[in-house]
Amino acid sequence: MTATFDLWKFTKWALFYLLVTFIVVVSVFPFYYAIITSFKSGTALFQIDYWPTSFSLDNYTAVLSTGSFPRNLLNSIFISAMTVLLALFLAVTASFALSRVRFRGRGLLLLTILAVSMFPQMAVLAGLFELIRFMGIYNTPWALIFSYTIFTLPFTVWVLTTFMRDLPVEIEEAAIVDGATPWVIITRVFLPLMWPALVTTGLLAFIGAWNEFLFALTFTANNDTRTVPVAIALLSGSTQYEIPWGRIMAASVIVTVPLVVLVLIFQRKIVSGLTAGGVKG
Amino acid sequence: MATETMVTAGVRPAPKIKSELTQQRVRAARWFLLPMLIALAIVAGWPLLRSIYFSFTDASLSNLEGAQFIGFGNYLRWQVLDSGAVRWRGLLADPAWWNAVWNTVRFAFTSVAFEAVLGMIVALVLNAEFRGRGLVRAAILIPWAIPTIVSARMWSWMLNDQFGILNDLGMRLGLLSQKVAWTATSETAMTAVLIVDIWKTTPFMALLTLAGLQMIPKDIYEAAEIDGVHPIKQFFKITLPLVRPALMVAIIFRLLDALRIFDLIYVLTPNSAATKTMSVLARENLFDFDKFAYGSAMSTLLFLIIAFLTIIYIWLGQVRFDGGDR
Repeated sequence: MTATFDLWKFTKWALFYLLVTFIVVVSVFPFYYAIITSFKSGTALFQIDYWPTSFSLDNYTAVLSTGSFPRNLLNSIFISAMTVLLALFLAVTASFALSRVRFRGRGLLLLTILAVSMFPQMAVLAGLFELIRFMGIYNTPWALIFSYTIFTLPFTVWVLTTFMRDLPVEIEEAAIVDGATPWVIITRVFLPLMWPALVTTGLLAFIGAWNEFLFALTFTANNDTRTVPVAIALLSGSTQYEIPWGRIMAASVIVTVPLVVLVLIFQRKIVSGLTAGGVKG
Repeated sequence: MATETMVTAGVRPAPKIKSELTQQRVRAARWFLLPMLIALAIVAGWPLLRSIYFSFTDASLSNLEGAQFIGFGNYLRWQVLDSGAVRWRGLLADPAWWNAVWNTVRFAFTSVAFEAVLGMIVALVLNAEFRGRGLVRAAILIPWAIPTIVSARMWSWMLNDQFGILNDLGMRLGLLSQKVAWTATSETAMTAVLIVDIWKTTPFMALLTLAGLQMIPKDIYEAAEIDGVHPIKQFFKITLPLVRPALMVAIIFRLLDALRIFDLIYVLTPNSAATKTMSVLARENLFDFDKFAYGSAMSTLLFLIIAFLTIIYIWLGQVRFDGGDR
């Protein structure tokens, strides 16, 4: 009797860990495979291996020394960082107003902000294209910083609002009694408390801007102004049929490793930010 | 008497101060909201209105300024032929557009259905206590962190017909009898897109579902355990109803995201009619085919279709965005 019971328990345990292993392998394998492919060169590339067999840095030197990839990396870093700063700057005061002050139409405003963040970007593409050309920023980083506001700003406002709503009311009351104006309350009382929230939101907005493709493809026109996702999407060989898989994988690893490291470091914060804001994948 | 005055003096001005304070706060709130509202109006509101306007004109990429208003011509117009037959033209009579609508809807509902089920399984695993849980959570964050373009490229290499590892694995395990050109054949192109999308976005679904699972009080399960309720029955009678609000919000976020899909398909299966979605077709017309007005009509209709589906979903599903008790 006890033996069969233990057997049943063992089977359950084994099945559970089988499922766990399956989840981990499926999640990690494509990235692992990209890494081992990026270290292969020449004909080794076209041999299918499940384990690392060669360690050649040819693809990395090719990607980083020829073409405009280093320039694209710098573009991506600059554009994403500026987008985040702009969004946080506009969002901090707005989310204070939305979370700590009662006024008519607040709920409607919050819903509108949520709606804008879930907006199909295609719906504004034609109008944005006209506006960007009119402003004379077509094919510059500013075109992307400007257009990325459409999804980073509503998202940061939404997440920061939920964060600020959870801060205890007593801190604010003490400041009000001391005669602090709302501006002083934000800058002196809330900002010091909000650093963790700002880091999380900023990081998620950074990832969003770093990964954006549609606007980056549409509002830039040559190799030097492109961002990394567009560069990787358009990376091609000398002929149409000769796709440089090794270099594509090397470029992919270069842009992904920093993100994966950041995400793993800030794991807990990112998960809480994701669940507060429901950011897109 | 003296005490009475003191009391009134002490009490009466108080509401006045409070209302002044409230007024000051509401005034400040207006100023605080203004920059954000102006930014959103410029970057979202105005372009949306202009896109809709362009859909009623004959604008072309080279001639945006001189666009003439032509009414509903981009959407539907007709021509009476000499034989007396009527020929319908325009977006609403364009089979390529309806094919794209069908592709988009089919893709969105299939992928989100799979993601909801798989996300629930992963969330249930992560909700259990076992050794190595942190490792699993870290692992499932990796697909989420990888840029969509990068994952499209990675998977198109893995799905490559000649040198792809998935064909090799499938043949070794006896699942495939011959190598499949996943992204090139029209029968398998949609499957390839679905595989990549489900791989990439299930983690998001799992994390949102997990947040919902963690809000369920543990003592409910203890009570069910004492009453001898079978675990499967516990899932359907306790877990599912209680996690439903969180799940509904997660599903609507994913659905809205899937309905506007562009980048994955643009890179993984370019030029395949079997996977061309509304967004891909609209951008093609706007910028590649020089049919700016026609493309604008597509993006306007895309906006209306998504808005319509969202309203139906929120209405039928009674979705609450405030997360209930938050």
